[in-house]
Amino acid sequence: MRNKVLETFDEAVADIPDGSSLMLGGFGPPGMPQNLTGALLRRGVKDLTVIVNRLDSSWSAADPGKLLERGFVRKVCCAFSASPHPSQVTEFERLHEAGLFEAELIPQGTMVERMRAAAAGIGGFYTPTGVGTEIAEGKEHKVINGRTYILEYPLPADYAFIRATRADTFGNLQYHMTQRNFNPVMAMASKNTFVEIEESIEEPGCLDPDHIHTPGIFIDRIVKIPPPPEGLWTFPSERRDR
Amino acid sequence: MEKKPLDRQTICNRLAMEFENDWVVNLGIGMPTLCANVPFGDRDIILQSENGLVGYGPLAKEGEENKNLVDAGIQYVTTRPGTAIVHHVDSFTIIRGGYVDVTVLGAYEVAENGDFASWKTAGRKGGGIGGAMDLAVGAKRVWITMAHTTRDGKPRLLKRCNLPLTAVGVVSMVATDYGLFEITPEGIVLKEFAPGFTPEEIQEVTEARLIISPGLRKFQT
Repeated sequence: MRNKVLETFDEAVADIPDGSSLMLGGFGPPGMPQNLTGALLRRGVKDLTVIVNRLDSSWSAADPGKLLERGFVRKVCCAFSASPHPSQVTEFERLHEAGLFEAELIPQGTMVERMRAAAAGIGGFYTPTGVGTEIAEGKEHKVINGRTYILEYPLPADYAFIRATRADTFGNLQYHMTQRNFNPVMAMASKNTFVEIEESIEEPGCLDPDHIHTPGIFIDRIVKIPPPPEGLWTFPSERRDR
Repeated sequence: MEKKPLDRQTICNRLAMEFENDWVVNLGIGMPTLCANVPFGDRDIILQSENGLVGYGPLAKEGEENKNLVDAGIQYVTTRPGTAIVHHVDSFTIIRGGYVDVTVLGAYEVAENGDFASWKTAGRKGGGIGGAMDLAVGAKRVWITMAHTTRDGKPRLLKRCNLPLTAVGVVSMVATDYGLFEITPEGIVLKEFAPGFTPEEIQEVTEARLIISPGLRKFQT
């Protein structure tokens, strides 16, 4: 089986062209690909379309929001383009208000289903989510069995950055706890998926086939996260009252 | 009787009293998460969270957090016997597919027709939808907990919402610092009042016309 392991994050992200679309996994720190994002921040890139649940920028120096603050991003597709707490105005919002990039706000369930459609070769689907709201404006409506739905289209990407706990060298993955979140569907919906591994990269055969969350056929490059300070880790010391 | 708006935990305790044994419950970010602090006694409540947690346990103690185990509000939580973890597509299958018995969400405004607004404030370009629109159309019941008025004292229980909607006609119960309200086809019914407040005083800070429940009583704690 092909060995997809690379030594460094810098080589993993070296050939991402300007104008690419990029999915960033994670829901809060669990599953967040800070080391791949950090390498892209070091390298620099232009006109990205970033697809992410929320543009956090306060967990670490390599949060998704940092790509935006550095001016690498043209468009964002996300479920939160503002803090859920109106009293906290984020840097993301200030840049958005200033018109520095475009933001498409997508309900989270619609976002993952659009990714799933992209992954599964489905041309679109009808969902009840957003009917009667701004989200439905300009979209095709259809009544099916008496209920109104709106048409949503697939959401694919050129690249996905994700994080997992264990892999084999082919890219079969295991996630730990809520690290899983968006990562399996992003791996399937993007043309190229790069993964950073927390715990270990094993030889094929070492992971139980019954306990693989993402099969390696969806994975392109794998890098083990080095110990801190070289590697970026998320720790509960970052806990905040929210 | 001393006139005192209810505190956030008391409001959430009241909604949590209504959770039934074996219900799958999704709690929104912020105030609704306080519903998890309630001792459920004999009732087994299955807390579900957008990021794929099904049947999770209480908040983690300081120093005992698992760095890969958070709820939808990015609070470090725990597993308990029977916890399951799924990925986001399956999590929203649970949510949109009607497997959630109740979602308790925060809101800026609720209208007497059951509409609510929770994702975008006035004059702001961005918003935070998160999973709220999916929960609102998918959960069997949508309950709201919020402050009864804005910081400037303006009503939030309205005839019609002013802010962009999260969903249309889905809210069935609202708990605020002034009382407990049921949303019915006839309008908003005042069921329970905060200690010291008369129905007239609650109507004064409510735009929608309140129907007084025949069984009107003090807020249950």
